[in-house]
Amino acid sequence: MSRYTFGGDEHIFVEVDEAMTLEAFFVSLSMTNAVRDAGIKGVTEICPANASFQIKFDPDVIRPDDLLAELKRLEATAENADRVLDTRIIEIPVYYQDPWTHETLMRFRERHQEPNATDIEYAASINGFDSVEKFIEAHSGAPWFVSMVGFVSGLPFLYQMVDRPRQIKVPKYLRPRTDTPRLTVGYGGSFSCIYSVRGAGGYQMFGITPMPIFDPEQKVSYLNDFMVFFKPGDIVKFKPIDRKSYDAAVAEVQAGSFAPKSSSVRFSLDDYNADIDGTNAKLMGALYAD
Amino acid sequence: MPINVISAGIATTIQDLGRPGYYHLGIPMGGAMDRLALRAANLLVGNDEGAAGLESVFVGPELEITEDAMVAVCGAELPPKVDGEPRETWTAFQVRAGQVLSFDFLQSGARAYIAISGGINTPPMLGSRSTYAIGALGGVNGRAVQPGDTLPLGNGADARKEGLSVPQKLRRGPGNAAELRVLPGLYWHRITEAAQQNFFADTWKVANEADRMGYRFQGGRTLEFVEREQPFSAGADPSNITDACYPYGSVQVPSGTEPIVLHRDAVSGGGYFMLGTVISADMDLIGQLQPHTPTQFVRVDMDSALTARHDRTATMNAIREALS
Repeated sequence: MSRYTFGGDEHIFVEVDEAMTLEAFFVSLSMTNAVRDAGIKGVTEICPANASFQIKFDPDVIRPDDLLAELKRLEATAENADRVLDTRIIEIPVYYQDPWTHETLMRFRERHQEPNATDIEYAASINGFDSVEKFIEAHSGAPWFVSMVGFVSGLPFLYQMVDRPRQIKVPKYLRPRTDTPRLTVGYGGSFSCIYSVRGAGGYQMFGITPMPIFDPEQKVSYLNDFMVFFKPGDIVKFKPIDRKSYDAAVAEVQAGSFAPKSSSVRFSLDDYNADIDGTNAKLMGALYAD
Repeated sequence: MPINVISAGIATTIQDLGRPGYYHLGIPMGGAMDRLALRAANLLVGNDEGAAGLESVFVGPELEITEDAMVAVCGAELPPKVDGEPRETWTAFQVRAGQVLSFDFLQSGARAYIAISGGINTPPMLGSRSTYAIGALGGVNGRAVQPGDTLPLGNGADARKEGLSVPQKLRRGPGNAAELRVLPGLYWHRITEAAQQNFFADTWKVANEADRMGYRFQGGRTLEFVEREQPFSAGADPSNITDACYPYGSVQVPSGTEPIVLHRDAVSGGGYFMLGTVISADMDLIGQLQPHTPTQFVRVDMDSALTARHDRTATMNAIREALS
């Protein structure tokens, strides 16, 4: 049973689990879908998060206690729902150890746990990898779930689809930076992220993607329907690229010819729990079957 | 015919009532921090309540108005002047084509709302003209107002008489010591009973980091946490949680030291515990608090929060009636 609590007189906050698990994320996603489908009058915002979710409402339209009761009723339904998600898997090219995040991380060395190593060297070392190359293989090998979109402007939180012992864990910076390049691929705790815009940040910086994920002017070809690229439930596969491919992709984005590689897939949590690597192989097979 | 911006003060942004509906993507509702003040200013000049106006912080802009217009300034006591001649706040006044609107020193409050008949008519994004600089949305090309900008005006304001004024008893500013009512909840159970009492017993002060994203407070005792083994994926600090959504008005206290109340341009989520939420009736007030203002958090329950909300609506309705 989830924990329900009010955020003032306009929000209900529901904690499915204190810890991050794919099970909790699935409950959060199916609950928020159920709330959307129910079309409850007075509900104004439906925000899924990693292992929790939040509903904003207008208490002049629906009484807080009535909405609470309605959500609890929906939870009973969501618990019986198939743990299956029709979604998409997307390839995100990443130029690891790029010069721009390198320049930035050198500027903020005094805020870091290990001033004598780069962020990715530090992450590789504390996770037991004997080289940065092997660490990049792990970071880009298995796919990731977009378990939350937020903080600012379409920023995705990504949760690694491996069993817990293999999960990468890296603490955030000791003190947040005041600057992070736009489209930095970052890491904090057990989440990867992609910084959608330039700004402050506390996540470790591993590389950069040439692919914009937020465009308020909607000039980027694949963002002209909507300015935000990601939604919760998307699956991401990182692909390491070199400087030449990075520059080529940037030029394609500018020319309006860059098309993110993606495929529609059906994800079953039960299949995944039974065979993680086999399920991931099938997902990536769908992405790379042409 | 536009408004020519001669100077922009410290931070002057275009704001309306915001863009709800995109918080699940990290795009906050934004809009005027003091919504009642913006609504009142718009009503005074004959605009729709939700028309876009200017939100000025501490220091007013200097604007050349290039067509005859009705203007009103509500919220902070930031006395307006027309070609150097003083005008009243909370009161409609006429500005003739070519005259310059400027401001005297701030007397109280923090944010003044300047409504001009017709409303500012910059292009809306996601349904709002409100400036959200982090996401480059709304405003003037996604940013605050700068000297040299020209701001287009809409048309369609109803005729209003000069001198129309919001009755004194319906204006609200902060007292010397502000009181913010808080409904405990969210991760309230993470701090000890003593810390729960101290939070409400101590007098806090508004810190310098006080902006549209959030208001930071200092000076109370450090909050002690209930011991636990941190859950998987929550950070190591006892104030960390598995990254979650943040309600508007929620009070997070990183490391238990300085509470931050998130406001209209809130980050939509993150990894800090929250002990409760400032009630909706008191959100406007936060936008009028200056740094160093002593502030008392006052514990309330849901019934009191809803009563306060109804009182606030009644005040707004009384303003509507007085100005109709």
